[in-house]
Amino acid sequence: MAQARLFFLGALGILFTMASATAATLRWSGASDLPSWDVHAQNNALGNGIHAMVYEALFRYDERFQVVPELATGWKALSPTQMRITLRRGVRFQDGNAFGADDAVFSLQRAMDPASNFGVYTQGIARVVKVDDATIDIHTQGPNPVLLRQLTELRMMSKAWAEQHRSTTPKDLRSAEENHAHRHANGTGPYRLESWQPDVRLRLVENRDWWGLAAGRKTGNVSEVVYTPIKAEATRVAALLSGELDMVLDPAPADLPRLRATPQLKVLDGLENRTIFFGLDLFRDELPGSNIKGRNPLKDLRVRRALSQAIDAAAIQRSIMRGLSAPTGTLVPPQVAGWTKALDQRAPHDPAAAKRLMAEAGYAGGFEVDFACPNNRYINDEEICQAVAAMWARIGVKARLRTLPLVTYFPMLQRHEASIFMLGWGVPTFDALYALQSLVRSVGAQGDGNFNVGRYSNPQADALIERIKQESDPTLRTALMEQALVLAKQEVSHIPLHHQMIPWAMKRSVTMRHRADNRIDMPSVRVD
Amino acid sequence: MLAFILRRLAQAVAVMLTVAFIAFLLFQHVGDPITNLLGQDATSEQRAQLRAELGLDAPAPVQFVHFVGNALRGEFGLSLRQGRKVSTLIAERLPATLELALTAALLALALGIPMGVLAALKRGTALSQLLMTVSLLGVSLPTFLIGILLILLFSVWLNWLPSFGRGEVVALGSWWSTGWLSVDGWKHLVLPAVTLAVFQLALILRLVRAEMLEVLRSDYIRFARARGLSDRAVHFGHALRNTLVPVITITGLQLGSLIAFAIITETVFQWPGMGLLFIQAVSFADVPVMAAYLCLVALIFVAINLVVDLLYFAVDPRLRVERGAAGT
Repeated sequence: MAQARLFFLGALGILFTMASATAATLRWSGASDLPSWDVHAQNNALGNGIHAMVYEALFRYDERFQVVPELATGWKALSPTQMRITLRRGVRFQDGNAFGADDAVFSLQRAMDPASNFGVYTQGIARVVKVDDATIDIHTQGPNPVLLRQLTELRMMSKAWAEQHRSTTPKDLRSAEENHAHRHANGTGPYRLESWQPDVRLRLVENRDWWGLAAGRKTGNVSEVVYTPIKAEATRVAALLSGELDMVLDPAPADLPRLRATPQLKVLDGLENRTIFFGLDLFRDELPGSNIKGRNPLKDLRVRRALSQAIDAAAIQRSIMRGLSAPTGTLVPPQVAGWTKALDQRAPHDPAAAKRLMAEAGYAGGFEVDFACPNNRYINDEEICQAVAAMWARIGVKARLRTLPLVTYFPMLQRHEASIFMLGWGVPTFDALYALQSLVRSVGAQGDGNFNVGRYSNPQADALIERIKQESDPTLRTALMEQALVLAKQEVSHIPLHHQMIPWAMKRSVTMRHRADNRIDMPSVRVD
Repeated sequence: MLAFILRRLAQAVAVMLTVAFIAFLLFQHVGDPITNLLGQDATSEQRAQLRAELGLDAPAPVQFVHFVGNALRGEFGLSLRQGRKVSTLIAERLPATLELALTAALLALALGIPMGVLAALKRGTALSQLLMTVSLLGVSLPTFLIGILLILLFSVWLNWLPSFGRGEVVALGSWWSTGWLSVDGWKHLVLPAVTLAVFQLALILRLVRAEMLEVLRSDYIRFARARGLSDRAVHFGHALRNTLVPVITITGLQLGSLIAFAIITETVFQWPGMGLLFIQAVSFADVPVMAAYLCLVALIFVAINLVVDLLYFAVDPRLRVERGAAGT
């Protein structure tokens, strides 16, 4: 009798486990909400990551950040400026309409609209043409070796749906009309948008008609996703500790030791696709507010090398970042094409050598310089800058630190008002051109040098970057990118500090893979 | 009477304009929403273009006149962060804040008055000392600390109450949503309401105690006792009633600050009210939302003050006589 009851209980237990294994809810949180559900409106990292659970693009990155087809099945360069893409057949949008070439052409054109912020992903695309119902041609202005990478962020929207709801252009911040696509969604992806109250709650439910189910893409068991933004760090972590949340995307660094020590929780550490570095005004002939008149000490390579060698990146990693950083000597993180281990090596921390370099450059007595940092943008940004200012003081450089919130910091940078400044740069294309073009290339049109705040300019680097833009042979192209990064490193165009780590905290029962792009690959997540 | 009301209204308008102007001046320095809107990849031409299109490149006085003109029509434009009408956003968030503030105010009154009376009547006893010490703590502890401590105790350790959000809400009509009608809503309301109420409760407790002690010393209480009335009738029939006039006034005025200063509580508990909207607007430099919020809060304060002034006018005959004399 007792045995029978035990058996019954055991069977019941198995039943319950099976039930929870087939349909699980993932409740997760981060500090902010996504700005819009319009997939072509705002290029926001969190938004793009969540959009990808509902909408799909022609290509995607796999877990090693290699480009693999998603709504495309094949691609072929017909000429250096014409790419033919075959579309996946049998895919349906969540409203039942079939996905076809019309939708693909429409979506890419919609992303090319001036009201879209996805210009960085559409740049170089001249036009998109339908060939037949399952084939399109993308014509580019010139050879474009990163086209497929760009396409990973351009998501597919139904043309019929957009027309029906008068949402054929992305949300326009200048108009007074709210766009239907801003708060509604209709993709082809693994989840469907069930409800969204901005800043309160976002609920996604499984799309049972997803083509990926048959293709074996769903390896996890999450059938419902609830995202609740919680702005206060302490509350976010408390909600995880109390069991109200399953996962927190951005726990505060100070809470990590406690979270690691909690038996029901675990922390996944991983590099973020973002590098923190210091930029330098290499344009002005005299730095505003400096005691050195008539010349700009930062233009002297020896001074720049001295500033770099004076920084003890390992100490910053240890005592400020609590281990959550990887010191680096280059401008791109390791997942990015063009990165090498040699590049990543920082020049050794050596205050004595730095002092000698300063003396050689004629600044044995040091100099005063303006130093600007954000105080709410990067992890521990203000603390890092205080430490760096102290390290520079040891070689005689009196960096007058001012810290600003990000809303005033970035406009100030764009006015070129800072002599030395902190900046972090992510590479969403996982291709070094993205960083080289924005940071190292001389300021020009079409995104060239658009965040080259210090106005560094080196014809040799510019020539290399122009070649990289055109080169379609992947091996040669990667070698060129490496060459450009080596040049920037030798010239100390910037002073790289470290790659940021982004720990994710979650219950032990949650299984997911940490990704450098800070996105959750929801179909592969398990909650047990 | 009419002259008095008109004068008060004119003052109210002056206050509103001043608030609008100060708020507007502040916004010139909170930063530039353009970077947030366009992201790190935009070119400087795109930035300049959007700045011009949003009218952010016009001189400050022109922007201000434009702003006041629109505000008079209840038009604060589109939120830069959410791309929706500011008036709609605020209307959506208003119920949450009002429910939180009202619950906190009622809680503070319902507990504060009896505790104040008790502290006055049992003056010098250990109980009274304890109440006074606790109220001192309530006045001096910062709100966010109280909130975090409550979360730690009731959510993390005891697991009794949720730590964030408003829970399940019931829609009443198309423009009001309430958490008062569901168990889940009440569970979510308890911690934030207590957090917000603590300061008010302590304030009311101390006020009631002080007023009560004052009244208990007055002549008519002594005469009432001389007439042989019971303690109960003296304390509650005569003393408390006269104590309540200033208490009600203060509570009314405090309601304004409960609504305005719910910001911290709302941030700690991710309570989806106007305060949270405001804080998020600040970190994004979402000027239209900040402007509308500050103007609305100023309006609430001005309106409450106006009502209180008018009530005084109706209640206190001396005021009428003085004004009348001054007017002739």
